[in-house]
Amino acid sequence: MQFDAPAGSNIFDDARIVGKSTPRIDGPNKVTGTAPYAYERHDVVADQAYGWIVGAGIAKGRITSMELTAAKAAPGVIAIVTAPDTQPVGKGMDNHAPLFGGSEITHYHQAIACVVAETFEQARAAAALIDTNYDRSTGSFDFDAVRASAPRSGEAETLGDFETAFAEAAVQIDETYTTPGQTHAMMEPLATIAAWDGDKLTLWTSNQMITWAKESLGDILGIDSANVRVDSPYVGGGFGGKLFIRADAVLAALASKAAKRPVKIMMQRPLVANNATHRQATHQRIRLGARMDGHITALSHQNWSYNVEGASGETATAQTAKVYAGANRLTAEYCATLDLPEGNAMRAPGEAVGHLALEVAMDELAEALGMDPIELRVVNEPDAVPGNPGKRFSDRNLVRCLREGADRFGWSERSATPAARREGRWLFGVGVAAGYRGAPTCKSGARVHLADGRIVVETDMTDIGTGTYTIIAQTAAEMMGVPLDHVTVTLGDSSFPASAGSGGQWGATSSTAGVYAACVALRRQIGEVLGFDADDARFEDGSIVAANKAFRLADAGTLSAEDTIRFGKFKKDYDVATYAGHFCEVAVDAYTGETHIRRMLAVCDAGRILNPLSARSQVIGAMVMAAGAALTEELTVDTRFGCFVNHDLAGYEVPVHADIPHQEVIFLDTLDEIVSPMKAKGVGELGICGPGAAIANAIYNATGIRVRDYPLTLDKYLDRLPAIA
Amino acid sequence: MKAFTYERATSPEQAAAAVAGRDGAKFIAGGTNLLDLMKLQIEAPTHLVDLQDLGLDKIDATRDGGLRIGALVTNTALASDDRVRAQYGVLTRAIVAGASGQLRNKATTAGNLLQRTRCPYFYDTNLPCNKRAPGSGCAAAEGFSRQLAVIGTSDQCIATYPGDMAIALRLLDATVETVMPDGTGRSIALADFHRLPGDQPWLDNTLAEGELIISVTLPKPIGGRHIYRKVRDRRSYAFALVSVAAVLHDDGTGRVAFGGVAHKPWRSEEAEALLPQGAGAVVERAFAGAAPTDDNKFKITLADRTLASVIAEARS
Ligand SMILES: Cc1cc2nc3c(=O)[nH]c(=O)nc-3n(C[C@H](O)[C@H](O)[C@H](O)COP(=O)(O)OP(=O)(O)OC[C@H]3O[C@@H](n4cnc5c(N)ncnc54)[C@H](O)[C@@H]3O)c2cc1C
Ligand code: SF4
Repeated sequence: MQFDAPAGSNIFDDARIVGKSTPRIDGPNKVTGTAPYAYERHDVVADQAYGWIVGAGIAKGRITSMELTAAKAAPGVIAIVTAPDTQPVGKGMDNHAPLFGGSEITHYHQAIACVVAETFEQARAAAALIDTNYDRSTGSFDFDAVRASAPRSGEAETLGDFETAFAEAAVQIDETYTTPGQTHAMMEPLATIAAWDGDKLTLWTSNQMITWAKESLGDILGIDSANVRVDSPYVGGGFGGKLFIRADAVLAALASKAAKRPVKIMMQRPLVANNATHRQATHQRIRLGARMDGHITALSHQNWSYNVEGASGETATAQTAKVYAGANRLTAEYCATLDLPEGNAMRAPGEAVGHLALEVAMDELAEALGMDPIELRVVNEPDAVPGNPGKRFSDRNLVRCLREGADRFGWSERSATPAARREGRWLFGVGVAAGYRGAPTCKSGARVHLADGRIVVETDMTDIGTGTYTIIAQTAAEMMGVPLDHVTVTLGDSSFPASAGSGGQWGATSSTAGVYAACVALRRQIGEVLGFDADDARFEDGSIVAANKAFRLADAGTLSAEDTIRFGKFKKDYDVATYAGHFCEVAVDAYTGETHIRRMLAVCDAGRILNPLSARSQVIGAMVMAAGAALTEELTVDTRFGCFVNHDLAGYEVPVHADIPHQEVIFLDTLDEIVSPMKAKGVGELGICGPGAAIANAIYNATGIRVRDYPLTLDKYLDRLPAIA
Repeated sequence: MKAFTYERATSPEQAAAAVAGRDGAKFIAGGTNLLDLMKLQIEAPTHLVDLQDLGLDKIDATRDGGLRIGALVTNTALASDDRVRAQYGVLTRAIVAGASGQLRNKATTAGNLLQRTRCPYFYDTNLPCNKRAPGSGCAAAEGFSRQLAVIGTSDQCIATYPGDMAIALRLLDATVETVMPDGTGRSIALADFHRLPGDQPWLDNTLAEGELIISVTLPKPIGGRHIYRKVRDRRSYAFALVSVAAVLHDDGTGRVAFGGVAHKPWRSEEAEALLPQGAGAVVERAFAGAAPTDDNKFKITLADRTLASVIAEARS
């Protein structure tokens, strides 16, 4: 099915199942342990051996020797695959750091061996017996040291004459904000079971993008990707860290070949931060020039980041072109090359940290103008994409998000003067931020089977904890007129039709649209079998009404249909995005500077919300992650050793329940006709775009202290808190 | 983790002898610290002597009005004991400020005292660390030291004792009773139990090889307001940046001990005598001679401000 024009009215406008809060159908399996994650798939293949990954102990240099005698002789050891004895494997999609093979070390904890043994404990113990010697070379690990000389990546985007307009602006803000590296810290680390059958390879793994995974494995291993099957029905969180193939899958495949047995590997938690990918640190300079009435006349956002050779930085300016009006503009990205681990996608890449700067700069501008921060944003609401009058916003309700949020949150009670509200030892403050996140779509296919009046859906789409099973079941149930429990959804298998996969918050709307397309095809087949015009029929409660005649779905027998939704060029005339107003109240301890979040609110504009229950979970989860980014999360680089030192969950502090006492999410009742037949946009990344800045602005409102280096830990402002008696 | 043998001790004396008589033997109590370290091969005992059958899990009144806490009493049991809650509130508060419910259910009194540092370099066997690999150097001294000690450090090691319970025990003048491998016993004041790193940073405490803790004794209650304030980056499940244990009396006198600042619970009787003069005077004296790094010098300001907050709370 080709989606070539705005959606117009369709079945989902009168939906009975789609758009209704529906508990996730895989929920009972998950809470009873019967939804197995990759490492727990004990039943898929017999005789699984355990692999343990050895990470390099240096960040740059060469392996000069690896002594394996003791390890090979250790109890239970079946095979040891080492990097020096392996030809470097190829690279798949978006692999920049080497995955495995050869003696060259380019980053800390790069995989240098995999030990396979009968038990996990034996593999681990044997791995500790490997004695590796290195020839270290000096590397470049210090972002601050190289930042100033980082080359620009891509063209700078300019509009009008920024410098002149900024110089002439009545009010100017010129501030620099920094964000540190972050790790995905998904609950399920990267994990894979691999088994060979002749030249056919099956991987039971944890991956967000099945089609990419399958194709990449062909390139990486130098085999025909047609011989690869990837299966990933449950993913315990990915956040972008599982978009591409990483060492767990490569080593499972290589080790399984060497061991001549299926091999399972879970990347050890302490390796994840340095072996796999992370969100890179940024250094962002924002300049805003405005008239006294608040209109922005000059807007510049420059962002410095880094990556390994040949890969791009964390593009923090991503949202800046679209959020606010302003005739004179300059945005630019600079990317240094460092010998740190590879930077790659993490939830709302670019935007998540871009908002931490831009939305604080807006708060600073509002204060400089003596203007309410919401009014400032409203005044600067653009009519069309700035600098691109031909490009319209498909459906944009940012102002409503902010206004309705303000009502709901009690914004009018905010003191515009900072540090004005104190109760006992607590300083109270509130903050707001806007959120913008693009809503892309990708072609997505599905197959639907009908038998005995029941529906089975097959697509290689993934459920990374997002609720995909449920929204796909809702879509199929709606289309085929059957109750939800008559639909079985099977996901994540590369033998199923290729889907959009889960990433960039495109998954929900694309994959359900693919299922819609397949269901349209199935309805037509049913119409042919039973003799009615499917496009004019109503499918409801297991029956079909067409031209005043009734049919029973079950009478159509056994049928299958497959289709793929493809998105047409007409979308290029639109900026299709999601919007949010984020609000937060904090209390800061006037003595110690500890920040306690008191309540958070997100008002989201994302078109039709397919399942408000799971969409809410997406948004509150993202808000938690934003709170972590604002307050605690930081990969600390040791520039001598070239590694992230705090590479476990004790040292890298994500929020705990006690940090998040109260969250509320409101979805506007909007529809976006441009995005897809579902008129729905994703929310999984919208939720992390803005809340961190709202927290930062609330801390400022509470204390009158502006800290521009994230995370906002108390050591950065303790000496500026009110004097103690 | 290296393979090890295992036995269940039958008496304290037998346990002590079993550990002393064998190279690389160690006691295991709740296992919540030891097993984690064994997985990383930071500890690699060849033999474990399990203490769970020794009946050391009781809290008894002592003749002079205090409490004797068995070495195997869990953190949960100790924190929730009615006598402890009523008369040694600072101890209950310190314990529940630590770890998580599940860990406290497993963690024991002796094991808690002996938990090892949380210095990140201690946990990465690729990196230098004098505490883990004597003579390899101290990566933290010029590295990431935000969490580490500001006082009592040496050029060999700047790690902290990371725990909470011991800060309250130090405040309460607790003593640790032990059994030696030869069957004799001794009593160690908590003040002398943990040691400073000096030039032997691998030694955390003054226990001898095979010396078994059998109990910790609290002297009779001292009254006053009992406060434990733990300042950290998130609201639970994190180690202290700074913690303050205090017992404060209406006349402004009291006791105060600091956690998260040194290789041992940090209390100076001389400094706490200045409590009537306010937090600033106490902290100035208690932290005289501090040698913080750029990363962690905020801890002294934080100690000052936290103590001020504790004093204000006691007054209110
Ligand atoms: C995730 C996490 C978070 C934590 N957070 C905190 C926190 O915030 N605050 C805090 O204070 N603690 C915290 N802890 C540490 C926790 O309190 C300790 O792990 C626990 O108290 C150790 O007790 P255990 O009985 O399990 O000791 P074990 O692990 O069994 O033993 C620890 C050591 O003590 C020795 N030992 C045990 N019993 C005896 C004995 N009777 N005589 C002589 N030697 C003995 C063992 O040989 C071993 O060397 C945390 C731990 C974890 C894993
Ligand atoms: S501070 Fe102590 S524990 Fe940390 S690296 Fe230095 S020697 Fe090791």
